[in-house]
Amino acid sequence: MKAVGIILAGGNNERLGDLTLLRATAAMPIGSCYRTIDFTISNMSNSGISKVAVITQYNSRSLHDHLSSAKWWDLGRKQGGLFVFTPFISSDNSFWFRGTADSIYQNLSFLRRSNEPYVVLTSGDTVYKMDYNKVIEAHIKKGSDITVVSRHMEPEFDLRLYGVMETDGDGRVLDFDEKPLEPAGNLVSLGVYVISRSLLVKLLETVIAEGRYDFVRDVICRYRKKLKIQSYNFDGGYWRAINSVKAYYNVNMDFLKKEVRDIFFKTEPYIETKPKDEPPAKLNSGAHLRNALVGSGCIINGTVENSVLFRKITSNDNTVIRGSIIMEGCLIGKDCVIENAVLDKEVILGDGKHIIGSPDKPMIVRKGSVL
Amino acid sequence: MRKKEMIGMLLAGGQGSRLGVLTAEKAKPAVYFGGKYKIIDFPLSNCVNSGVDTIGVLTQYQPLSLHKHVGIGIPWDLDRRSGGVTMLSPHVKGETGEWYSGTANAIYQNIQFIDAYDPEYVLVLGTDHIYKMDYSAMLDFHKANNCVATIAVMEVSRDEATRMGIMNADANDKVYEFEEKPKNPKSNLASMGIYIFTWKTLREALIKDNPIHHDSDFGKHIIPMILESGENMYAYRYNAYWRDVGTIEAYWDTNMELVKTVPAFNLYDDFCKIYTQEEHQPPMYTGPDSEVTASLVSCGCEIYGAVHNCVLGPDVIVGEGSVVRESIIMPGCKIGKNCKLDRVIIDSSAEIGDGVTMGGGENTPNADKPNVYFTGITVIAEETVVPGGLTIGKNCVIQGRTEASMYPGGELKSGGSVIVEGVEL
Repeated sequence: MKAVGIILAGGNNERLGDLTLLRATAAMPIGSCYRTIDFTISNMSNSGISKVAVITQYNSRSLHDHLSSAKWWDLGRKQGGLFVFTPFISSDNSFWFRGTADSIYQNLSFLRRSNEPYVVLTSGDTVYKMDYNKVIEAHIKKGSDITVVSRHMEPEFDLRLYGVMETDGDGRVLDFDEKPLEPAGNLVSLGVYVISRSLLVKLLETVIAEGRYDFVRDVICRYRKKLKIQSYNFDGGYWRAINSVKAYYNVNMDFLKKEVRDIFFKTEPYIETKPKDEPPAKLNSGAHLRNALVGSGCIINGTVENSVLFRKITSNDNTVIRGSIIMEGCLIGKDCVIENAVLDKEVILGDGKHIIGSPDKPMIVRKGSVL
Repeated sequence: MRKKEMIGMLLAGGQGSRLGVLTAEKAKPAVYFGGKYKIIDFPLSNCVNSGVDTIGVLTQYQPLSLHKHVGIGIPWDLDRRSGGVTMLSPHVKGETGEWYSGTANAIYQNIQFIDAYDPEYVLVLGTDHIYKMDYSAMLDFHKANNCVATIAVMEVSRDEATRMGIMNADANDKVYEFEEKPKNPKSNLASMGIYIFTWKTLREALIKDNPIHHDSDFGKHIIPMILESGENMYAYRYNAYWRDVGTIEAYWDTNMELVKTVPAFNLYDDFCKIYTQEEHQPPMYTGPDSEVTASLVSCGCEIYGAVHNCVLGPDVIVGEGSVVRESIIMPGCKIGKNCKLDRVIIDSSAEIGDGVTMGGGENTPNADKPNVYFTGITVIAEETVVPGGLTIGKNCVIQGRTEASMYPGGELKSGGSVIVEGVEL
């Protein structure tokens, strides 16, 4: 069934600390070569959604850079394609986006000018692979007003960071608590919604007129009894939110697991990203790699274990990298030891530097630092 | 059509028969090089990096993989409103069709294509070499010397000169004679197969030569004709990295140069990149018991065994316990567990079963094609299947979905071939 896509990529998560100092969460680098938003955009494109809006607000420079051309996701089109919306000033409006609902409302013409019957509304800061057609099919079959994709989270996750739902036996949402202090159950919303375009327009017009601006609180929670809000279960699939430093670290480390790599790297349809035209990774004679992911354009001389290296990283002789995430463009000297650390982009480390963190509290080195 | 100062014409129709089975199903420019690249990526990227944004690619032999690879030119930013890349294959004209019968004939048959852009200059390139070059500097040289033709040359040894096209030039590098593979070379300036012509002059020469030589060729016919006219033809000296990869040995050597700690050819600089078509680009992964040294490993590879001095294309899988040395493994190949491969070239999407040993034994040249396979390198064609447990020698060739019964005694001695003809449809 035909749908348009909306990706809410406006947010910044203060729990990510220095990592989102210079970028939106949706632009966080993931899995050696992706940015978080690649997963959602690729899901849209792979589900046959050819008209996608990305709504962004916080520190959107790196996101704009990444989305400067949409052809990598087959969204560089005359009909439809990728729309990137940022807040703007007009004669009757000079607000920033006051909330998620408001951010869609301020770009309501995108929805009004579409003729697709459904909208797939998602967030841009989660890592997963999903065929939205299946959600739309379930939405139609159940005759729902809104479908919320959900999943039972494993016990190790802190549910206070998620939207926790309660459903009846048939999956109808009875209660929805955003970031609850005392979560009732472990069924969380993945931030993926299917709703008919006309209903979304109507709801947004209503809630904004009442001075309410948040989609979850003011639409989903407030209308949960009036509308038929149905849960669509995604228990079998891999889904992770980038909502803390720890989560960011763990998601990257997950790509060292074969089952996760098989989902994202080895199974079509693939997750696409903006190409950087880097040559193959070059592993020199002193290289010693164990359980490591290495992006294109890297030149590795030392040891790399249990780590995720992004693109274009140079590590020199006798340098040891363990349990760490090294982002694009880092230059690491000789005889360094990096353990349980996250080096943001373009960090330069001189010879013999030690950067040591712990798996529970990875040491973070800010983008562009020179040590 | 918008006028262009210079357009590029890439001659990509050749088979490259000395590359053996590597060119059985595709033209030489479509052969993979340096892991993720195809040979044509080098001249094509050079064009783009030199500001040439209008390019015709002339294809003839097995063009499918080239056409798929270049497409509308997205990876090279050649998807443009005006210009961009156009694939030019021979076609039917009038009653009958006509193949490209020579290098100059191929350009002759595309005069209309070139005329549409009304260029001042035409850059004509072969597509069998690995190098980076700024053709705009060569164009400046062409203009400065008031040339009608400029030919890029390289200084070579006397021995090499006897196997190449040699430009005999005066002290100012003005060419007075061209000799193809001279027995007693008078100069050491070898043509690199890179020409800039003033289009008006070339156009006239092509039309004039067409009725005389049906197989009109730049070296044999067009360049002598222009020389005869007495107009300015200069040799443009080039002395950076440039390699011919036209034989199995040269192809293997040139790939192996890339894995050196400081390679002679730099793929890693930011300002003169080589672009290529990539389906997706996940990172490479090395397993908990893997060993990878002195190798180029492309995106999506999964290495569970040991890889030393190798060039691996994208999405290659090397199974546990396998040891691969001094080999070139092209995209999508699967190497089973406990294999031992030495000095092999495996073309794309081949599958090697568990426990296969390759590249051992005597260095006997290949029985069928001793002049192609004689340097000890065993070559496996694309989409070939090699069943597990076999022992395969040196200079062997395997092509097609082979079965264990085709290898008597579980062995293929050095110099042997197993070729299963035909494509499964």
